Amino acid sequence: MATTSKRPAALEIPTGTENALGQAQTWEGSLEDLRGLVSDRAITGETMLLNLGPHHPSTHGVLRLLLELDGEEIISCLPDIGFLHTGIEKNIESKTYEKAVTLTDRMDYLAPMSNNMVFSMAVEKLTGLDVPERAQVIRVICLELTRLNSHLVWLGTHAMDLGAMSVFLYCFREREYILDLFEKLGGQRMMTSYIRPGGVWRDLTEDFLPALEKFLGYFPGRIDDYEKLLTDNPIWIDRTQGIGVVEPEEAIALALSGPCLRGSGVNYDIRKAMPYSGYENYEFNVPLGEHGDVYDRYIIRVQEMRESVKIIHQGIKKLASTSGHFRSDNRKFVPPPRAELGRSMEAVIHHFKLWTEGFSVPDEEVYVAIESPRGEIGCYLHGTGGNKPRRVHFKTPSFIHISALGKLTSGHMLADLVGIVGSIDCVLGDSDR
Amino acid sequence: MHIPDALAPAAAFEEHLPGVLKGTHEFRGELTLIIDPADVERAIHFLRDTRGLIYNYLSDISAVDYFDSVKGYGDYGDRPARFGVSYHLYSLLYNRRIRVKTFVDEDVAIPTLTTLWEGANWLEREIFDMMGIHFDGHPNLRRVLMPADWEGHPQRRDYPLGYETVMFSFNADEINKHKPYVKE
Repeated sequence: MATTSKRPAALEIPTGTENALGQAQTWEGSLEDLRGLVSDRAITGETMLLNLGPHHPSTHGVLRLLLELDGEEIISCLPDIGFLHTGIEKNIESKTYEKAVTLTDRMDYLAPMSNNMVFSMAVEKLTGLDVPERAQVIRVICLELTRLNSHLVWLGTHAMDLGAMSVFLYCFREREYILDLFEKLGGQRMMTSYIRPGGVWRDLTEDFLPALEKFLGYFPGRIDDYEKLLTDNPIWIDRTQGIGVVEPEEAIALALSGPCLRGSGVNYDIRKAMPYSGYENYEFNVPLGEHGDVYDRYIIRVQEMRESVKIIHQGIKKLASTSGHFRSDNRKFVPPPRAELGRSMEAVIHHFKLWTEGFSVPDEEVYVAIESPRGEIGCYLHGTGGNKPRRVHFKTPSFIHISALGKLTSGHMLADLVGIVGSIDCVLGDSDR
Repeated sequence: MHIPDALAPAAAFEEHLPGVLKGTHEFRGELTLIIDPADVERAIHFLRDTRGLIYNYLSDISAVDYFDSVKGYGDYGDRPARFGVSYHLYSLLYNRRIRVKTFVDEDVAIPTLTTLWEGANWLEREIFDMMGIHFDGHPNLRRVLMPADWEGHPQRRDYPLGYETVMFSFNADEINKHKPYVKE
């Protein structure tokens, strides 16, 4: 109980208090655990330690940052995550592959389709399952809509953190429409589970394409509106240019990916480098930054939205000319359509086997990575030879980007911190899993 | 700018670091190099900095537990040890991926990769947290996802999933007895 305190006497917290259970309560924490992580000046009390979060609105979720401050300057920043850890990887080990898809939605809740996609692709690679052409096109449209959805939330919250309130309202108006589109597709607004191993859950509904085309008609104009509010805005430029600079070599060393890596000028977009789901057949550009600061990461994401619109337009054109089903016809992996159950005994057997036992995959491992709105999301999947995975591990971009926060923020002012946290676009469900 | 031709990783190992490579494995076009835990840092440094290889981007580090509750401890099939740790590297120059895999038991530490990529820091912390595998020379090997005072390593296959018994009238008293309610 009697710890020697470095605090001034006036700040001393009375010792010997008891909590509701009658247990003795210690208020004094020890700084010894932090030795080596913060500078020695924090241990002596020369600099100030400040907790930001886990319930601070500008940390975009339950991210706790332990900051060491010299005045308003950040000396070191220790991110602390895990508040949203839900054991998704552990849970998947007790589920069959088809049932595990619903859990992947809950990781990166702003880009559920990307999570479905990377998990489905890992299962498809492990089992050698085919995906029909039409399903691939539908997947690309969904992935790009997800990118728009995620970038809109990022833009709105990021701008609000830095004081531009109205952008938030406009962005969420458009996002609402995209969620309505998702509802038309999969019946759910956010946790869609629409992309499944072998294709997608069901074909596009009749009202989906007209609604999508209506959206694509007005959305580029809306992006212009956001840019009018921000891109040349002197306050925005002051708050973002030269802040949180990452050199290209540093970005690679920190294993950053997505817009954070491309903001530093490193040309690595998995859609171009290792195309999946037929991305090689689409024409689009990969925007690159020069300075690696918050502003460049902003510009890149806004340009990515325009590229996504281009990709979706091409996808709609391809839909008309592609053949095939929305899901693989390999009945050993994909359940038969409901209508077949009344006619075919074999369909009943497949239906029963797939929904009770599931399918088996080889005792091998694969690693699949795709370009999610935040960066490289990877799925490491190891089968057992049976119907449940031995291990599934998601390499999530938010996890890596939060680990880089200490490096990005040191030397900056406290007020710039929210800009930097916003610019790495972290989703805590993604990082904690 | 002249870019040297890409080399086959296994052949390059035979030439420059003979004896390090313990085997290769290929599945669905993914090449896996199997090495001893002690050689991890040396081998991956070689993969990163050798002309013609340049696997300069660290994609992921994953660990898998080969424990099987039916076979029990000590029997991991054709795997030499309980845990497998896979390093997924990517070459930004040659646009190809590779997996470096090593097998370790509970009491064996692996050299850290934080000397090569700072981004390996949290990935290794996560494996320590979830699997209990130690990394030699890691600057800050603490738990990252679980609370600091958590016991056990949840992703091990012998760690139970955990659940709460559903309460019915016949077992309500028994369950209530063990609930951590606030005592008067």
